Amino acid sequence: MSTPFLSFGGVIAGYGGGDVLKGVNFSVESGGVTSIVGPNGCGKSTLLKTVSGLLKPRLGSITFKGESLVGKTPKAILQMGIVQVPQNHSLFREMTVRQNVELGAFLIKDKAVVAARYEKVCELFPVVSERAADRAGALSGGQQRLVEFARCLMLEPELVLLDEPSMGLDPKTLRAMFATIKTMNAEGRTVLLVEQNARQALKMSHKGVVLENGVVRLSGSGIDVLNNPEIAALYLGGSITHK
Amino acid sequence: MSFLLEAKGISRAFGGVQALNDCSLHVEKGSIAGLIGPNGSGKTTLFNVITGYVRPDQGLVNFAGEDVTNARPDEIFSKGVGRTFQLTRIFGRMSVLENMLVATQRDESWLKGLTRSMSSASEVDAAMDMLEFVGIAKLAKLQAGSLSYGQRKLLELAYVLIANPEVILLDEPAGGVNLTLINEIASKIRLLNKEQKKTFLIVEHNMEFVMNLCDSVTVVNQGHTLMSGTPVEVRADKRVLDAYLGGGEEEEN
Repeated sequence: MSTPFLSFGGVIAGYGGGDVLKGVNFSVESGGVTSIVGPNGCGKSTLLKTVSGLLKPRLGSITFKGESLVGKTPKAILQMGIVQVPQNHSLFREMTVRQNVELGAFLIKDKAVVAARYEKVCELFPVVSERAADRAGALSGGQQRLVEFARCLMLEPELVLLDEPSMGLDPKTLRAMFATIKTMNAEGRTVLLVEQNARQALKMSHKGVVLENGVVRLSGSGIDVLNNPEIAALYLGGSITHK
Repeated sequence: MSFLLEAKGISRAFGGVQALNDCSLHVEKGSIAGLIGPNGSGKTTLFNVITGYVRPDQGLVNFAGEDVTNARPDEIFSKGVGRTFQLTRIFGRMSVLENMLVATQRDESWLKGLTRSMSSASEVDAAMDMLEFVGIAKLAKLQAGSLSYGQRKLLELAYVLIANPEVILLDEPAGGVNLTLINEIASKIRLLNKEQKKTFLIVEHNMEFVMNLCDSVTVVNQGHTLMSGTPVEVRADKRVLDAYLGGGEEEEN
């Protein structure tokens, strides 16, 4: 068997006294979009944090192309090509939009490379060039979200971790966002995302993982998860058949 | 025509950015009103103006026939205007239940609030009932800071409801909440509206939620009111499609 791209083996993790993840097992194939869905508080965001190194699992293994991520610093994990866009707004409010986006490339010393990537990112996210000189804090919540996305692409990561990318986006921007995820994926980036907007996320996903109470309840193709009547009733707001 | 809540000709700039430009909105007593618009159109700023967090450069805010344009947030809150925030504001080091008990203190003086050591059994019961209502009663003893984002949103909803305001402003109540729970929140809002005659003003991007729930919808674009109408009228309006919904085609779902 070939080495899985990203693999979780019996991952147990939490904060303070309690475990949020209680033994998570699944793997992510290279080149796909994988969506993690589940109720509020089931451990979705926690799982992403264990990958990006923001939270160290108490037990279990996480490997990226065969190499263990457990115990590595967030910076080391970033250097391996894994970038996370967090759920909470994370821009530096007093810095300009452009400065924020350029910070995403802080590992790259070559200014010409940074400038070229900035241009590319501006094409994908017009809001970045339109508001480049404005304080990030002056942007609306939804616009800040887009800038965070732009920032994450500056390192041209192999694996992108997105924690609720659709949150706070208006319908038009939301569609553009999902299209951007597809574009990112088509460019060869593997995407692992957590989404409450589960219907739309699963529809565009190669794989869906349902997390419940800190364990994987179900995994399969995005469509299979979407069409599972029990999952639909519990987390997707009722059953609708998708093809 | 009497409106419970009315904002007239509100303008406000931040630095060089004109966040609101002659923006108006009114909410009828006992109705559920929606406020929609593209990212950056000024919805949250309008909420901030209505609730006293931001002073308008121009314009008037009326609540229950009274001019509250320059009132402080706490004054507006104690008159009966409650709100939630897009990014939740809770006391992270206190338990979920303790957060709720803080919110029950609206009707007492600050001195009493500071000096009493215990909340009464009836306050605790009421707080637990409200947590039950939003579906997070089993988390009552946890530190609020350990809740997930979606759970915090539910706590904040409970937190606002227990203060029993007459009109409730919700900033993206469905954001970050799972789809089944969104339906439950919608039915709870409907219940509060029907049985307790609560008035709601809701900012939300989830169109299904807005269109099914709201009696009227106001659309803002670039800080200015584009139109107000019933959900059906708003949905059919070409300007709204162009500015906000995009494309013109229905979302296939």
